Amino acid sequence: MYGNAYRGDPMKKVAVMVIAALIVAVSALEIQYRNQSEIRTLTVSTTTSLYDTGLLEEAIAPAFKERYGIELHFIPKGTGAAMQDAKNGVSDAIMVHARSKEIKFMEEGYGVNRKVFAYNFFIIVGPEEDPAGINGLTPVEAMKKIVQAGRENRAVWVSRDDGSGTNTKEIALWKMAGFDYGQIKNESWFAATGTGMGATLNYASTKKAYTLSDSGTYLKYRNEGLIDLVALVDSGEELINVYAIILISPEKFDRDFEGAELFANWLTGEEGQRIIEEFGKDKFGRSLFYPAVDVIKDQKEPYFSWIVKYGMIEDNGKITECPERFRYGDGMSFFEFG
Amino acid sequence: MAWEYVAEGVAGALTLVVNGNRELFDIALRSVKVSGIAAMLAAMIGIPIGVALGLSGFRGKALIKSMFNAMLGIPTVVMGLILYLFLAPAGPLGFLGLIYTEMGISFGQMLLILPIVVSFTASSIESVEEELKDLMLTLGANRVQAMLKTVEEAFSGIVLSVIAAFNRAIAELGIALMVGGNIFVRGGELNTRVLTTSIQMYVARGEIEFAIALGTVLLAIVFAVTALSNYLQRRWVSE
Repeated sequence: MYGNAYRGDPMKKVAVMVIAALIVAVSALEIQYRNQSEIRTLTVSTTTSLYDTGLLEEAIAPAFKERYGIELHFIPKGTGAAMQDAKNGVSDAIMVHARSKEIKFMEEGYGVNRKVFAYNFFIIVGPEEDPAGINGLTPVEAMKKIVQAGRENRAVWVSRDDGSGTNTKEIALWKMAGFDYGQIKNESWFAATGTGMGATLNYASTKKAYTLSDSGTYLKYRNEGLIDLVALVDSGEELINVYAIILISPEKFDRDFEGAELFANWLTGEEGQRIIEEFGKDKFGRSLFYPAVDVIKDQKEPYFSWIVKYGMIEDNGKITECPERFRYGDGMSFFEFG
Repeated sequence: MAWEYVAEGVAGALTLVVNGNRELFDIALRSVKVSGIAAMLAAMIGIPIGVALGLSGFRGKALIKSMFNAMLGIPTVVMGLILYLFLAPAGPLGFLGLIYTEMGISFGQMLLILPIVVSFTASSIESVEEELKDLMLTLGANRVQAMLKTVEEAFSGIVLSVIAAFNRAIAELGIALMVGGNIFVRGGELNTRVLTTSIQMYVARGEIEFAIALGTVLLAIVFAVTALSNYLQRRWVSE
């Protein structure tokens, strides 16, 4: 067969290439495996609002790694999905902002040692022209106006509709305004994105629609010129947005509880709080998230009462960030008020 | 107006590529590495199965082949979901510790592209075998010699199948996102952010320039690999 004379060489070359590739693949796997067993990591499922601003990856993770040599792996999902992730045993801790869901999560036995670490505000944003005329109204009044304008085809509302903390707040606001979320979400002026905060803001901007956003993500997107929406309703205690970290119960999953505790204590400690305060100041002229610990400790009004009302939990006549039945071990301390 | 917006994005992206942006390079390299490993693993497992399928003539063969063929088009998001459920610590394969790791993505992509390697390998063996087998046997080759020769003749097809598999792996998003988690820590060694996941993230964050830059790099890789495959094919055919 005459082909052999030609084919012999390239065949050999290919064989050498294949063997070399195999060696590379196996050694890459080996290195990866060794790294994986040597580097201490914490997996933290988190809300997209914290993540989309860059706070976690750009500020928190590098500082924590420098301090303790532990890598923080953040998985951005809505609050609901972050909790589902944790229930699948993926995470060491969750960073979320929906008290009602947090309580349920802890009652189911998955979460312990809840600490409030930051707050900011939800805002209702919309197009400059403000077709529903909500500028400066109270949140509840604004929601009513939007429904009215929506039904007259003058306005569009965009909802995350993803079980996130922002979505949970939105549902609560609809309820305060006297509407049933399950019902109005089927109306024609009501759009649901089912995605994160950033993507939802982009969508609302394109559609000239109203939506509820956390102030951090909004500020970042606004200042970088990514969206064309203005903050129309940004005051009212019901708009406070309280972020908490919850550790995964070591009784449910054998994760790095000690490491998670270290992280929670660091985050609510001096360095963590300072980083939260500083983040965004250089770029946006103000903080995207406010550190919560000093406000709670010194009972700074009015934010202290708002955090108590919307971010703390009642426990046998006391108000606390983490009821006693959800505490585990003695590595952390919690605020309690009679 | 509308085009300015696109042009600005592309210009910014090209600057990033030309200046050799560190993060961009890091992500692209990881993509190639993760999907390269997936293609290697798929080759190691898939080629023997494909060869065996192609050479043999047992009764259930058509059924097995059609199963692999059906799996060629499995949507990557469904694959991602299934893998997430299996690989999460609460799932049946959770003990492997593959969720949110590079190895996890490689493993998932390997499963995704295995049918490509198996089907294409089996097909190229079959097409060669039909032409050659009788000829070789009449020329006095024994069965083993005939088989070896068949595999040798089908070799180009087999290599091409692995290349096609690599291209599918590096371009998929579902598995990389759900199993990998798009993790990124500056200076971290266990990051799982690859080209596809970072493109979707930067688009969601509205950082279009970086997304375009990443997209350009991904396209360049896919085109380069396709060009290589075309080149190999032409060379083999001309021989």
